[in-house]
Amino acid sequence: MKPQSTKIEQQIISGWIEQGASVLDLGCGDGELLALLIKEKQVRAQGIEINEQAIHRCVALGLSVFQEDIDTGLSEYSDKSFDFVILNQTFQQVKKPDFVLKEALRVGKKIIVGFPNFLYISARLQMFIGGKVPVTPALPYEWYDTPNLHFLSIADFVEYCRKKAIQIENSAFIGKNRRVRFFPNLLAGIGLFLLKK
Amino acid sequence: MENTETKHFTFAQPPDELTLESGEKLGPITLAYETYGELNQQKSNAILILHALSGDAHAAGIHKGDAPLGWWNNLIGPGKGIDTDKYFVLCSNIIGGCKGSTGPSSVNPKTGKPYGADFPIMTIGDIVNAQRHLIDYLGIDKLLTVIGGSMGGMQVLQWMVAYPERIHSAIPIATAMNHTPQQIAFNEVGRQAIMADSNWRKGNYYGASKPAKGLAVARMIGHITYMSDVSMAEKFGRRYRTEKEPYKFGAEFEVEGYLRYRGDNFVKRFDANSYLYITKAIDYFNILNGKRLSDIFKGLTAKVLVIAFKSDWLYPAYQSQEIAKACKLAGVDATYCEVNSTYGHDAFLLEIKEEAHLVKHFLSTVSSGNKNGAWQA
Repeated sequence: MKPQSTKIEQQIISGWIEQGASVLDLGCGDGELLALLIKEKQVRAQGIEINEQAIHRCVALGLSVFQEDIDTGLSEYSDKSFDFVILNQTFQQVKKPDFVLKEALRVGKKIIVGFPNFLYISARLQMFIGGKVPVTPALPYEWYDTPNLHFLSIADFVEYCRKKAIQIENSAFIGKNRRVRFFPNLLAGIGLFLLKK
Repeated sequence: MENTETKHFTFAQPPDELTLESGEKLGPITLAYETYGELNQQKSNAILILHALSGDAHAAGIHKGDAPLGWWNNLIGPGKGIDTDKYFVLCSNIIGGCKGSTGPSSVNPKTGKPYGADFPIMTIGDIVNAQRHLIDYLGIDKLLTVIGGSMGGMQVLQWMVAYPERIHSAIPIATAMNHTPQQIAFNEVGRQAIMADSNWRKGNYYGASKPAKGLAVARMIGHITYMSDVSMAEKFGRRYRTEKEPYKFGAEFEVEGYLRYRGDNFVKRFDANSYLYITKAIDYFNILNGKRLSDIFKGLTAKVLVIAFKSDWLYPAYQSQEIAKACKLAGVDATYCEVNSTYGHDAFLLEIKEEAHLVKHFLSTVSSGNKNGAWQA
């Protein structure tokens, strides 16, 4: 249950990933991103996904996926066993993002995190002018029916990384279907980060 | 598929008997088997089907002039999950069985009488070793996949550890790396029912009355464990049978009638001693065997698809998750799927739509040599 990652997100992620790398996608959904990475970067891919129907679609794409919870699913992997671990649009949905991020950084040499920016301008306007919890393309759910458990801004995440001594190697911000270069915390609906520790 | 037939392969002629894990020797050994589809020239499209406790070589199709369809007929056939237009499908009755392979009801060449309780104790390892002889005989170097549910899944796991170089992939379904005390306990009650039948006579009942009541009770217990609370409620409710005899301990409830029918029917087609030997082999099975979970599948290059079913309480999903975990720890390229079903353990025979979808796509990925999805440590 995550919003379809947009083509632009997928292209940015693909650009960060090295040819022939090993990739673990946490919350891989229908496997669209992994299938793209196999095609474009010939990666060795493994997915983890909780939804049974999504697993069926992944298997139809020829992907290898474990049906399990990413809150607990990483403990068997040894340190740095993947070149990349991806947490795209799932980071805000896990019960313990702090723990999952720590685990991802242990298991992956580098990790890619993507999440909706809660303080995107249209969200701010809906909150401060409309007086309502925002519904945006990156945050498409009503308050009473949302898989999102945590709400954070791009600025929150950057501060978090600094506090935890996580290195931000690269970042990209996406507004309405295009890259945002300035004031991402205000103008970007989605933030993508390439991290390592 | 019409006119499928059972063939026989005999090997391990004395003095070259098969040495079993117990150290005892068994030979000659006959394996009953069936094949569907054509083996291609490279002999690279062979799939080995591994049956469960009461199964046999007749996995698919229909025999000439014979009513019962193969036990996995809805999965195996032209255009089905295991497509016999593409693959060469092979299924053999296990040793210890009673459907054409050498078992306790076969004649012991040393005495000229049925083995009975003199049949050597055998293991899942022995069952798989015997199958390997059949694969050799057919000239198949490497199987495209080995697939089976329940005890069939145990044989899959055994293939993965005993002959990893002989398989491209493996599909263990609704199974376990070893039996829990609860699983052993159910089997033991079944065995006790047989042995408590005065007709059992320490296994030497051939040519006399069979321990039919005991075997029927064992099967009734089995059937309870194969279903789920929900599937029983749906199938029987608390409905009464029409021909009931109230308050005489006859079969009043539909569920009683069903279990009696299943039990009585089983006696016609299964041998009580085989039931004892096979359930014991299942209980002995322990792929862990003191090893660490991370070491079991170390170095395995086969791609693995592990399937469990939500309502299966005989082989609960956590046991399949352990298999998936062992794959993960060993860096094996694996998929784990927990299929939603209310059928209980029987789901691996009944929840065909989802199972067929998974198996079909998995097989096409494996057979296209698509290693893209592979992740290796």
